[in-house]
Amino acid sequence: MRTPADIIAGILARNPRAVGRAISLVENGDPRAGEILAALEDSRVAAATILGITGPGGAGKSTLTGQLIGHYRALGRRIGVVAVDPSSPISGGALLGDRVRMMAHATDENVVVRSMATRGRIGGLCAAAGAAVRIMALAGCDPVIIETVGVGQAEIDVVRLADLTALVMAPGLGDDIQAMKAGLVELADILVVNKGDHPAAEALMLEMTPVARERGRALVRTVATEGKGIAELADTATALAAAQRASGEQARRRQRNREAEAVDWAVELLRPAIRAAIHSAGPGCDPRATARAALADLLGRPSESLPTLSEAAFKPIIPISPIVESVEAAHGCCSATHA
Amino acid sequence: MTTRPFRVLIGKPGLDGHDRGAKFVSRALRDAGFEVVYTGIRRTPEEIAAAAVQEDVDAVGLSLLSGAHNELFPAVIAALEKAGGGDIPVFGGGVIPAEDIPGLKRAGIRSVFTPGTPVKDIIASVTALCQAQAAKV
Ligand SMILES: Nc1nc2c(ncn2[C@@H]2O[C@H](COP(=O)(O)OP(=O)(O)OP(=O)(O)O)[C@@H](O)[C@H]2O)c(=O)[nH]1
Ligand SMILES: [Mg+2]
Repeated sequence: MRTPADIIAGILARNPRAVGRAISLVENGDPRAGEILAALEDSRVAAATILGITGPGGAGKSTLTGQLIGHYRALGRRIGVVAVDPSSPISGGALLGDRVRMMAHATDENVVVRSMATRGRIGGLCAAAGAAVRIMALAGCDPVIIETVGVGQAEIDVVRLADLTALVMAPGLGDDIQAMKAGLVELADILVVNKGDHPAAEALMLEMTPVARERGRALVRTVATEGKGIAELADTATALAAAQRASGEQARRRQRNREAEAVDWAVELLRPAIRAAIHSAGPGCDPRATARAALADLLGRPSESLPTLSEAAFKPIIPISPIVESVEAAHGCCSATHA
Repeated sequence: MTTRPFRVLIGKPGLDGHDRGAKFVSRALRDAGFEVVYTGIRRTPEEIAAAAVQEDVDAVGLSLLSGAHNELFPAVIAALEKAGGGDIPVFGGGVIPAEDIPGLKRAGIRSVFTPGTPVKDIIASVTALCQAQAAKV
């Protein structure tokens, strides 16, 4: 199984070795990756729902994902999981431990799990996460869950990859959650209060209830270790995904996300040329002016035609179109708690 | 191909619940630049094999303190074979009497480490296994 054609045939035949190998080739930037990526333009990939699970370290993302696997398997679905953990900035190595909480399904051939390291990427995912998710979708997985690293305020890559993002919070992680209020809490589609068995869970529910109501977001309480609230969470995700599909929101998000990812890659591709241009221009006093001059030079355009520095400095993060109506239509109310 | 981190899966087959050795080796490998998929304690050979294939690792490391290495290490090799990962090199460690090592090697375990093996020897040996495996791809 060395040629791209063999590997693609293997993915379609649901051969686990082929799926694993394909993800590695993309992750490692192998020359064969291009053909594999081209095969991902496929109706199976378009049809699969991508569910993002994010939240601070230790909130219970992996335990919850393990439970969701069980839930979807009971419904007869074939499910994929991409679980990302951080690479050490010093050694470049990583301990990928999310799988420990999903081992109950290790020998189920309809559960495909891949652990990945961030490899220097800082947005909470790795660069190949999107490809990994799509390879699993091509191998017949639907939904595909993507678990991020433990996040703080700024790691919002998952919102750009997933159709739906659940933000998992837990009592006892107070500062992390305060910090996230200006970031992920605003971007997530579903807010999850996990560790619902904890004495302080009620207080966190009370705190998140108005936040969820204001934004029209679903709020679900779970006890991942006991499997409580899992059906509510999965049903909420399913209803939201259906509503997004029906309203065209999902297509809009994917289009927007693909464009944003293409912009990132364009910048990456340009980086060496930019670096060379800046280097040969010599060190100016003002890095911004140097950047402007180098880019103008590189593009062969007068620097007046480039955006002004103040225009460039304040870019909005990700414009997320609200889906308040579809949430309420799907749900009837904005809060679901288990009994 | 540009240099990339090697991927290793560390598994603990069998019934003993002591994962200090497995975790120690996992951390040492991480600190040496490996990506280590840790799978937790009390795994069956089939679970370890299925995970290793899905994770597309360059090598599988087994840790065992219960004394059942002569049975369980070869069982993992057989399970890997069945799961389509028979080419993935397997190494093992734990409280393993010296007289058992030749038998384990004959059964296909590529390197065997005991509590006395220096960490740098473990890393050098696992690196060599991974390099040889990666060169095949
Ligand atoms: N009491 C209680 N403990 C939980 C619950 N969910 C998870 N835990 C525990 O919380 C710890 C962390 O769980 P994980 O699932 O690994 O959390 P995570 O968010 O995936 O962690 P990272 O991947 O390291 O960011 C584990 O010890 C779990 O057993 C819960 O609902 N209640
Ligand atoms: Mg986790």
